[in-house]
Formats: sequence, C-alpha cells, structure tokens
Amino acid sequence: MNEKAEELDRVEKKDLFGSGHRACGGCGQALAARLVHDAAGENTIACVATGCLEVFSSPYPDPSWRIPFLHSLFENPAAVASGVEAAYKALRKGPVNIIAQAGDGSTADIGFQCISGMFERGHNVLYVCYDNEAYMNTGVQRSSFTPYGAWTSTTPMGNPTRKKNLPLIAADHGIPYVATATVDDFRDLQRKVKTALSIEGPKYIHILVPCPLGWGHSGELTVKICRLAKDTGLFPIFEIREGKITNVQKISVKVPVEEYLKLQGRFRFLFKRGVPTEEVAVIQKIANQNIERFNL
Amino acid sequence: MLKQIEGSQAVADVVALCRPNVIAAYPITPQTHIVEDLALIVGQGKLDAEFVNVESEFSAASVVLGASAAGARTYTATSSQGLLLMAEVINCISGMRLPIVLTCANRAISAPLSIWNDQQDSMAVRDAGWIQLFAEDNQEAADLHIQAYKIAEQTFLPVMVCMDGFILTHAFEAVDIPEQKQVDDFLPPFKPRHIVDPRWPRGIGLYADPRFYMETRYILHRAMEKSEKTIKEVSADFAKKFGRDSGGFIKTYKLKDADVAIVSMGSVVGTIKDLIDQLEEEGKKVGLLQICSYRPFPRQEIYNVLKDKMNIVVLEKCISLGRGGILASDIRWSFPRAEKKDRNISSFIAGLGGRNITADDLRYMVERVEKEPVELEFLGLKKELIADKDL
Repeated sequence: MNEKAEELDRVEKKDLFGSGHRACGGCGQALAARLVHDAAGENTIACVATGCLEVFSSPYPDPSWRIPFLHSLFENPAAVASGVEAAYKALRKGPVNIIAQAGDGSTADIGFQCISGMFERGHNVLYVCYDNEAYMNTGVQRSSFTPYGAWTSTTPMGNPTRKKNLPLIAADHGIPYVATATVDDFRDLQRKVKTALSIEGPKYIHILVPCPLGWGHSGELTVKICRLAKDTGLFPIFEIREGKITNVQKISVKVPVEEYLKLQGRFRFLFKRGVPTEEVAVIQKIANQNIERFNL
Repeated sequence: MLKQIEGSQAVADVVALCRPNVIAAYPITPQTHIVEDLALIVGQGKLDAEFVNVESEFSAASVVLGASAAGARTYTATSSQGLLLMAEVINCISGMRLPIVLTCANRAISAPLSIWNDQQDSMAVRDAGWIQLFAEDNQEAADLHIQAYKIAEQTFLPVMVCMDGFILTHAFEAVDIPEQKQVDDFLPPFKPRHIVDPRWPRGIGLYADPRFYMETRYILHRAMEKSEKTIKEVSADFAKKFGRDSGGFIKTYKLKDADVAIVSMGSVVGTIKDLIDQLEEEGKKVGLLQICSYRPFPRQEIYNVLKDKMNIVVLEKCISLGRGGILASDIRWSFPRAEKKDRNISSFIAGLGGRNITADDLRYMVERVEKEPVELEFLGLKKELIADKDL
C-alpha cells in the first residue's frame, strides 16, 4: 500500500469537534460531525446552518469547536461558505478547507437554492449534508428527505412521498465529486472527506445520520440501523466523479426492508400485530429499484 | 475629476476606489447599473476583487456576510424586493457586527409591482441595526460610500447608503470622482476584529440563551447611538480632505428664520429648496431640515434646530400602513411631550411608486399647513381613481 492510500485509509481522531456538546445519546449527526472534521484536520473552517448541530455545539459562551466555526442562518451555509472562499481568494489566503454543512431540512428544502448556486458557481467548498430524514431540531417534522411511509409530526399518517435524491441532483450540476456515506463505517466516511478535500471545486457528501429521538430507536442501535439502511438497499453508498458513478458499495447479503423498518418507532404503524402492511411492500420496491439502479 | 456620468456609474467608480475585496451581485431595477459597472471595472482588471454573481439577493447578503467574517471588505447593492428578500440576513449582519456596505437604490415594494422610486424598502429594515444614510444628489451618493466604509469599519456596524432609484441612479450629473490616492489617504485598509481563520480558531455566530441575548441587543443599540460621533467626525474629516460637505447627521436650508419648517430626506430636498427660494421672493419664510442619517436617528440635533418652530411639516416617500407617516412619527417623538403643546407637526405622504412631486404640490402643502395642521395627507392623490367606498 502506498503512502497516499495509507493516509486515506487511516481513521483520524483529533477531537476538533470536541466533547461537551449537548447532543442526545446515539446521535448520528454528532458522530458524523466528529468524523468529518477529524478527517478534514485543523486547517478547516466550519460554516454551519442553524439546526441540531448548531444548537448542541455552539451555545455562548462554550462552543464545542476547536476549529473556526461560522453560523448565521438556517438556509445559507452554502452562500456564507461561498463568501468565505471568495474572501480567501481575494485576500490571497489559504489554502484552507471550507466545509458548509447542514441537516436535511436546510439542505433539501429551504437552503436548496443557495446550494445549487454554490455548485454552479464552482466555489472550492465541501458541502456536507447530515441527513436524518426530517426537521429534528424543531421536533420531527417532514422534510423532502423524509422517506416514504415514515411517521413525522407533520405526516402523522405516514409520509406519502418519496425522498428527493440530492446526490444525483448535485452530480448533475457537473461538480467533480459527490459521495454518500453512513456513520457506521468510519474509514469509508473519512476517506470520502479526505478525497473530497483533495479535489478543487464544489464537492457534496451526503451522510445518513440516524436520530434516536426522531426515528424512535434506542441510541445503541445507531450503527446497526446504518448497516441495515445499506444492506436493504434503502441508502446506496457510492461516489460520483465527474458525473460517473463509481465505487458502489456492494451488498454482500441483501436484507429485507422489514429488518430495517421494525427497529424504528417511526415505521411501527406499518406493521399490524407484527405483520407487514402493503406499505412495507412499497418500501421494498423502492429498495429493489435502488439495488437495480446502482447495481448494489 | 469632474465627470458627467450616471449616478450608478458614480457609485460604482467610487466603490471601486474603496477597494472592496468581495462584491456580490444580483440584478434588480433600479440598482442593476451599479453592479454592471462594477463587473466591468473588475473584469477589466481595474479593481482586484472577487466578483460573485449570486442566484438571489438572499445569497448576495449571505456571501458578503461570509466574506466579511473572513476579513474581506465587501460590497453589494439592491432595491425593493431584493432588500426584503435579504431582510433575514440584514438583521444577522448587524447582530454579528460585520461592517458591510450596501447601496439601496430606493424603490417601491409590491403589490402592486412598481419599479419606480419611493423609500418604503429601506424603511422596512430601519430597525435592523444598520446605519442608514440618505443621499440628496449623485455627488453626495458617491461621497457617502467613501464615508460609509470608514464609518462601518470604525463602528463595526453595517451601513446602507440610500439613494432614490431612477431619480438619482439613472440621472446624469456632473460628479467629482476623487483620485485613488485621495481615497486611500482617507480610508485606511480594513482591520477586522474577529475573523474565521484556522490560525486563531474562534466561533462567530454562536447562539445566546435568555441569560445573554438581551445584552447583545442593548450593546447593538448603544453602538448605533454612539455611531453618531463617528458619522459626524467622518463627515467633517471628509469635508476637510475633499473640500465639500456631504453626509453628517442633518442639514438645514434657510431654517433659522423660517415660519414653516419642512422636514424630508433624499432627492426631493432639491425641489424643496427651489420652492423655498421662490417663496422667499414672495415674502414667505420657509426653511428645510434635511435628514442625512435616518438611523441612528438624530433626535437631539432635530430638537435643537426645530425647538422654536411651531409649524413643522414632514414630507416622506413611505408609510406605516395603519399608522401613518414614519418619519413624521420620529419627528413628533423628538420633542418632549410636555413642551409647547400648540406646536403643529403635519404629515404628508408623497411620491409613492414614483409619482412625481412637483413644486406646485409642495406649494400647496405649505399653503395648507399655513392655514391648519394636517394629521395625514397623501400629496397628489387622484381621488377620481378611488371608489367612494374606499375613500
């Protein structure tokens, strides 16, 4: 193994997103934020959206960050990061890693335009979406990343629509690097962050981050649920380089979606006395389509 | 150098002389010419800056927020709906104490859609913690931008330079554009206070729980009040170095002996001064109080020059719907409640959505308040266009 490959494969632990934050036990987003910034290293500026991550990590006067942290609003981290990058260029400073980051509500819904603008203009910024499939900070409301059938407080009868596929939309902007990841595989996630930061231009990494509170599972299941999301085909893991899907993570043993759904309170009503309703079949179909589309 | 140029060109030329590092641009009438002119200046290599063509005014404001937090001198410009779309970021910028300079080419707001001038747009964010300076003509608009950077970077408050859309932005006037060296001598390089930089990790934009939030608002309010001193000093320094009066807090015209005092701001003061001269020839004593700095509001200065005036009329291009004149409310508030209860302060709304304010309109206004005080009147209102039930 050569030196570069070794560096890419090394799991980094630097505690740049430090302890003392106020996330719930088992929070996927807190784990992802730690992995992302430890992979990025000290020479990094975090541009963070309003949301869980911001709230649990940045109360005055004791934030949990050991790198520069910039927060202004819910929907604008991509535009703020664009400004930071433009300033670094204009002032002939850097190089520096600029990571714009937000949850799925900010990314997929209210901040969507800012992200599209940042991609299209070609800013040298990594955008990380922590996808916990609903507006968790405000109490579990539906976002356009909420999967079909999931309970949220604004879809009390189950979400009637399918999840928006932002990785593919991002790739169609013609940006050089897109990747998906989950928090169960530290090495894979950090390798993708390091890879992204080695590429000039806009990059997008979409990380599935289970939310014990919003998904209705106990904290110790976060990692297991991530594995099931992948092994069922519901959350495909891949990279897209210059528009081409590469490095798809194959599923060794395919698992029925039931195994994933039944661990989570948000899908409980899809089972009647333990027997799957026809909604489960719809979700299985979505998983099958993913398996076929990405050749999982 | 004296140049016969469009107001927007004058602003663009002068902004370029202030050497901003990052400019965010999004088109909206009547502001667009300013960023077009700046695009050319940057494109031709006359200004070393990053010119970011954003996808909305919301992002324009967010880009300059990020750039300013990273230590850059920044610029953006907007109008009307654009400013309203920015409103969320506008409030954030002042709360984060980022010394951003923005031009508001004043325009009416929808609905109905109107691209023409009034001052409702900047009024919509008057409480946002931005210094708001109103230009009388294109020379002052140009000069105020040079002052704005100095004021902003000394006070760490953002500054909005307001200039009437079309009336100023699209008017060709002779404007003295200073030399680069003059501006460099007046405006030192930006020394940011807090920046995002991995060499000195710090958090900018932390949230404040109820133990801390109120103090941040108090400090911001006090900073706005204290900026009075800086605004005056910078204006005086500018007059000394550039040889002309621009900006400051207030200006007066033939006010000392006036029986009727007109209060207004923006480009309409030119028409008012012409009328005052005419009326003087006819033996009437009318004077003008021109507000240059609307925020911070020059309450004490206003009181000092108006305290002996018993007949005051406020003319403004904006309205608080359901309440009345906005500037009129501010002027009424400038006097101690118990003092001189027989003082008349009349309120006129004019020029909404680009309706011309003519000398005849103003003459009517003066004659009207000479007879009796007016609680609220729309000047030049066409009652024939309004159904009886809506009157």
